[in-house]
Amino acid sequence: MSTETATETLDVKGQNCPMPVIKTKGAFDGLAAGDVLEVVSTDSGSMSDIKGWAESTEGAELVDQAEATEDGTAVYKHYVRKAE
Amino acid sequence: MSADTPPSADGELSPDDVSELRAQIEALEAEVSDLRSEVDEGSADRMVIIATKGTLDMAYPPLILASTAAAFGYDVTVFHTFWGLEILHEENSKDLGLSSVGNPNMPLPNAIAALPGMDRMTARMMRNRIEDNDVASVEELIETSLASGVDLQACQMTIDLLGYDEDDFYDGVTTGVGAASAFQDMADADIQLLV
Repeated sequence: MSTETATETLDVKGQNCPMPVIKTKGAFDGLAAGDVLEVVSTDSGSMSDIKGWAESTEGAELVDQAEATEDGTAVYKHYVRKAE
Repeated sequence: MSADTPPSADGELSPDDVSELRAQIEALEAEVSDLRSEVDEGSADRMVIIATKGTLDMAYPPLILASTAAAFGYDVTVFHTFWGLEILHEENSKDLGLSSVGNPNMPLPNAIAALPGMDRMTARMMRNRIEDNDVASVEELIETSLASGVDLQACQMTIDLLGYDEDDFYDGVTTGVGAASAFQDMADADIQLLV
């Protein structure tokens, strides 16, 4: 999964627990069926939090999660698809 | 009941029996679909938290859990009573206190922590740490919770007891509620927590 396939991006860098999950939920609600939301976070806990949220949320499918380094900072990317 | 009527002597159902059975099946199907929609409507998971503490550290667990549960699709009520009311008090919530006295996890001996001004310093240090670690402020978490549909309730008896006014609380906070409504919510909830 590359960023190209994401239809929308949510930037929650610099925000800690529980904000990444709450804002992901807010952005996810605004998606159309089939859309993929990219969430970019600096919170390492978001890896397990967003996974757990997607597992418990009907219509949310966690397509991919990736860790990268941007400007010397660890960045966690999540791709969530809204079911058709 | 006519369904119990034995079939005719040759073991075959008469057209009357068949149409009666058909009518019964239709009635049962309608009943099942009614029950199903009733269950679906009442299927939202619910959580109730009773927040009784008003120190800076204790403001976080109820607000973080409440807003997170809302993101998981839960109907959430937080009933604030006694010092938990401070969290919803618009002015006081921005200046919640914290004391090192009696907290063996804090790096200050009690004798020093008890000196005048030390509580304010402890609270300020904690607040700085919260900011440095990108953790949301109490105010932000309240706004987020309210925006997520969390019902933040202020216990009316404690409002009167502490001499507060309804206007002292954040817009959107529910007042005029008491133990009975909190208990009723708890009885209906899947998760009940006392913080």
